[in-house]
Amino acid sequence: MGTLGPVTALSTRYDVDRAWDIDVYEDHGGYQNVRAALDSTPDDMIQMIKDSGLRGRGGAGFPTGLKWSFIAQDTGKPVYLVVNADESEPGTFKDRPLMERDPHSLVEGIIVSCLAIQSEMAYIYARGEFGLVSRRLRHAIEQAYERGYLGADVFGSGKRVDITLHRGAAAYICGEETALLDSLEGRRGQPRLRPPFPATHGLYGCPTTVNNVETVTAAGYIVGQGPEWFNQYGTEKSAGPKLMCISGEVKRPGNYEFALGTPVSEMIAAAGGMLDDRELKFFFPGGSSTPILTAEHADIPYTFEAMTEADSLLGTGALMVHSDKTSVVETVYRYVKFYEHESCGKCTPCREGGYWTAQVYERILDGRGRAEDLDLLADISNNIFGRSFCALGDALTSPVLSSLEHFRDEYEYLLRSAGRLPDHMQSVRTATANEYLERNDLATAGV
Amino acid sequence: MTDTVTLTIDGKEITVPKGTLLIRAAEQLGTIIPRFCDHPLLDPVGACRQCIVEVEGQRKPMTACTTEAADGWVVNTHLTSDVARTAQEGQLEFLLINHPLDCPMCDKGGECPLQDQAMAHGNHHSRFVDEKRKYDKPVAVSAQVLLDRERCVLCARCTRFSDQVSGDPFIELFERGALEQVAIYEDEPYESYFSGNVIQICPVGALTSTSYRFKARPFDLRSTPSVCDGCSAGCSQTVQARRGQVERQLARTNMAVNEMWNCDKGRFGYGHLTADTRLTSPLVRSDDDGEEPVAADWATALTRVRSILAPDGEVVPTAVLSGGRLPDEDAYVAGKFARTVLGTDDVDFRTRFAPASEGDALAALAGRDTATYDDVEQAGVVLTVGLDPEEEVPILYLRLRKAWRNTKARLVSVGASSGSLAELLWRRLPTDVGAEAAVLDDLARALDRDGDDADQSSPMVAEVADALGSVDRPVVLVGERAGDGALAAAGRLADALGGKVAWVPRRSNARGALDQGLAAGLLPGLRRHDDDTQRAEVAAAWGLDELPTRGRDLHEILTLAGKGKIKVLYLLGVDLVRDVADQRLVDKALRRATVITHDIVANATTAHADVVLPVTASQERAGTRTNWEGRRQQFRPGVAGPQLVQHDWEILVQVTGMLGHDLGFTDLDGIRADMAALAPIDTTPDWPAAADRSDTAAAADDGDDTLTADVYPLLLDNGVHQVNAPDLAATAHDPHLRLHPDDAAPLGVSDGDEVTVTGGKAELTLPVRVTPDQAAGTVFVPANSTAPDQVDNPRHLGDRVTVAAVASGSATADQPVEVNA
Repeated sequence: MGTLGPVTALSTRYDVDRAWDIDVYEDHGGYQNVRAALDSTPDDMIQMIKDSGLRGRGGAGFPTGLKWSFIAQDTGKPVYLVVNADESEPGTFKDRPLMERDPHSLVEGIIVSCLAIQSEMAYIYARGEFGLVSRRLRHAIEQAYERGYLGADVFGSGKRVDITLHRGAAAYICGEETALLDSLEGRRGQPRLRPPFPATHGLYGCPTTVNNVETVTAAGYIVGQGPEWFNQYGTEKSAGPKLMCISGEVKRPGNYEFALGTPVSEMIAAAGGMLDDRELKFFFPGGSSTPILTAEHADIPYTFEAMTEADSLLGTGALMVHSDKTSVVETVYRYVKFYEHESCGKCTPCREGGYWTAQVYERILDGRGRAEDLDLLADISNNIFGRSFCALGDALTSPVLSSLEHFRDEYEYLLRSAGRLPDHMQSVRTATANEYLERNDLATAGV
Repeated sequence: MTDTVTLTIDGKEITVPKGTLLIRAAEQLGTIIPRFCDHPLLDPVGACRQCIVEVEGQRKPMTACTTEAADGWVVNTHLTSDVARTAQEGQLEFLLINHPLDCPMCDKGGECPLQDQAMAHGNHHSRFVDEKRKYDKPVAVSAQVLLDRERCVLCARCTRFSDQVSGDPFIELFERGALEQVAIYEDEPYESYFSGNVIQICPVGALTSTSYRFKARPFDLRSTPSVCDGCSAGCSQTVQARRGQVERQLARTNMAVNEMWNCDKGRFGYGHLTADTRLTSPLVRSDDDGEEPVAADWATALTRVRSILAPDGEVVPTAVLSGGRLPDEDAYVAGKFARTVLGTDDVDFRTRFAPASEGDALAALAGRDTATYDDVEQAGVVLTVGLDPEEEVPILYLRLRKAWRNTKARLVSVGASSGSLAELLWRRLPTDVGAEAAVLDDLARALDRDGDDADQSSPMVAEVADALGSVDRPVVLVGERAGDGALAAAGRLADALGGKVAWVPRRSNARGALDQGLAAGLLPGLRRHDDDTQRAEVAAAWGLDELPTRGRDLHEILTLAGKGKIKVLYLLGVDLVRDVADQRLVDKALRRATVITHDIVANATTAHADVVLPVTASQERAGTRTNWEGRRQQFRPGVAGPQLVQHDWEILVQVTGMLGHDLGFTDLDGIRADMAALAPIDTTPDWPAAADRSDTAAAADDGDDTLTADVYPLLLDNGVHQVNAPDLAATAHDPHLRLHPDDAAPLGVSDGDEVTVTGGKAELTLPVRVTPDQAAGTVFVPANSTAPDQVDNPRHLGDRVTVAAVASGSATADQPVEVNA
């Protein structure tokens, strides 16, 4: 059990002016981790990652060292590292500032990771909307090449590491690792059948690991400074620092870094407490696809295992906090619309179930809800969950099922009130003027 | 490691080969797990999620169509698992929320998997009270295929077929989420010879056929198993008719031949049965007035035939040209008719001029165990010689592509061009038109040499020879355009390799005609005219003391007819004017000789005939056909056909009777019994020896600026059997010329430019495709794709022609600009 509470680990250069420049980066301890990696062996480095307890920071929390040990090394094919920088989960904004403020730490993490998994080629798949990220990364990669940190002879070691930056086309599904690989190969971004898994048949059919930006960056530190540096923070099963994105009804929403295991309530307090001193009602612990938790869960530690025990997930570290002024049903509807829109369309349950769920929510919020709609919503979600091709379908069901579990009375209120929210709540639905006219049958009346 | 796994499905134990998908394993137990996206010949996709089953010990329910059976698994389907059943019901409910309830007007109604499964597994009431997706309808994916997007369940069968099986681009899934839809690239058409298959495998009514749309209900149709006569592929088909008229044709599953596919020509090409040009009554030319023949009754026509064949009681010198389309039985009857009734061996089934050695090579082929589709798929290395499979025998192309995709088979083409196969080729051994045999002999020599001796062959030849030697049973496929000696050379090469050879003609029953001995020197059942014992066997079976003396081939027959030495040409479905290369020879023969012809549809030759006898088409009769593999398949009549038409064999029996003879049979069973008496003998003739080419090799490059014309028809052209099918015709590939980059460069032409090819007095202007697949020094010219009045286009295979660019802007097709290369 390491220290808990706020820490400065991966965000150590966030306050450093021009840390994105290689000189400033090196002045602040940059490119030291990779020198340690060059003195190590791939097996030792993977062992260090395992010892550190690092779990994937992209949402699933799979142990990174274990994942790396699955990569097929004896196929005669190249091994690829693909960095998932397609950060798209609603509420999540941890990778973007990292890449904007401290891009070299990712580049360094990539070099270290490539040395560990014996890959000579890394791709960064950056979300299409990330303009500044892409400029900073391109600049950082160019600088690293100029210094000989990248290329055919990394730090004069005779080892090769190349990085290609690829910008996506703004599809949430491309954050799913196999859809990302298809997109990177120039295909339509849709998830692939597994098995075979990327560890054996990934990019261009070659052994591949797909890791989140924060994971790869952390791996650089772990190899450079030892597993102990990492697991001095956090708990035994949830080790290390975590970049947090705290948003919603708090006084100072933004980026924070905490040791895993810090209670949610402490995080909210660190973000200035509730906005206007409202009362905490519910929160998404790690992005919109993690089941909703309520005020009574506020003191549980922010760990993988505690979240699972509370029937939710740690996700990406995107803590979205809501007060009693906010309607759960409206909030869930927003995310349902998001997942409906972002469904790739490949499989039936996600495509049709999302389409249907959204319409039921619209009816309930428009006052056309029926008593049987709540069971219907649960039924639809249960027919999606575990049946869809990839986790996107499951993600849609999380807010629906968890809100029905914790706040069924609020749904029932809307059925009784013909869609009118309780007086103490403020609607957050933002209808366009046209939608408003249409919904109220005014468009044709010439109003 | 064992090769099988044993698992339990719904309490029943089953052992299946490793790698078997759960859905297939369940099928073996008789359990049909509902599915939409799954198709046995397409890669699994797991999109529809309909086939969910429960596997004990697995975290989530699994899709049976993507999951391989594993040893010891306990699998429960909808029959025994509530989880599986509710999951399947849930997916079906999802599929139906956006599916219109328009079954009463949908073509698929009555044969629709979605409808069937909704009835079997679905709820009777929908819980969906919201708005369905709406789309404009229908969208034309191609001239033949219409898409109603709101009916689509996005199973991706059509897009996977195009990607995985036919390899045709431009039909894909577009958009995402609930708006995902099948679409085509706006700037490019979905151009495919196999598009009809996507209609047939669509599990809902989203893809429908332009020609069948709103025509009939499946339960109103009478289905008859049939065999396509479009080419020598021998595809199984189902002919579906209503009120005596063919409404559609579907691919019939025959895993040994066409698997589950048909090409569009076979599927949609039945319009000629009811076309205006259909011959529905005998036509007779009144004596010597030079007018076209006019309708007559059968008595008049047959009397006229008798008076033509035997004006004074004695049969005048007559030749029988039988074409490559007669079914086996009719081919046999034609052979017996010629030799016993007409007393002539002047018989030829070919409509091209064949070198004298071809008869021996064909005889050697017929006696052998030749390659099959399965051999092609398993070969590992396949050599195609003078063959453009997609244009000539499309289903063979699909099998070659399957071998290329699934087993990484190395495909090698020998010849002037290989068409669309070029994209799949491993190596290319280009030759001048008709010069394939020399390369095949080089390959055989390279095999002999073991690479030790000073190797005179090119590195490419050595490489291909190595590849051929590296597999157990390579296959050599020889097209009918391949030049002098190619078939024999291919046969010798295959024998040396322990591999297999096959001859791939275009016409549907050319192989059957060969087996029935419809060429001078050949006799039924692999017998040879020059073998005294075999000849005597045939003579005895036919009640003759001696067979007629050995006859002549097509070229000689036409020459003699032109000189008046052969008085009558008896044609059986042969269009001499269109099919035979030498128009002057044909004109002369047709002017001088009296012509009797059997045919289905009026054509350029029927206009010259003295008597035209209308016959039934394939769909209107029973018979047997032999495909390029040598596989015999029977077919039955799907429709009756016009009232007054008769089968070829029926007419020949009647003509025989009028001439005072008796063939010994009056029905199909009788013919088959007669054929059985001359069953194939056990013989494996040697391949003809290689010709000495030492003095001809240098002569080929004569240094002038002419090219050799590589002429053959595309799959869809102006053929008379493709009339009255406008949607099919609309999908024909645009006629084009093809040139090698080395020949295009001096002319300054590039892809898409107009080019004029001139041979003798004929010329033709078409856009050109510049491709390394076309051997340098040759130019591909499509036969029979341009306006029908241009019959004297340079269609002669192997002719020397000149090619010139058309100057941009000013020139018209009539004013080619000469460019000296």
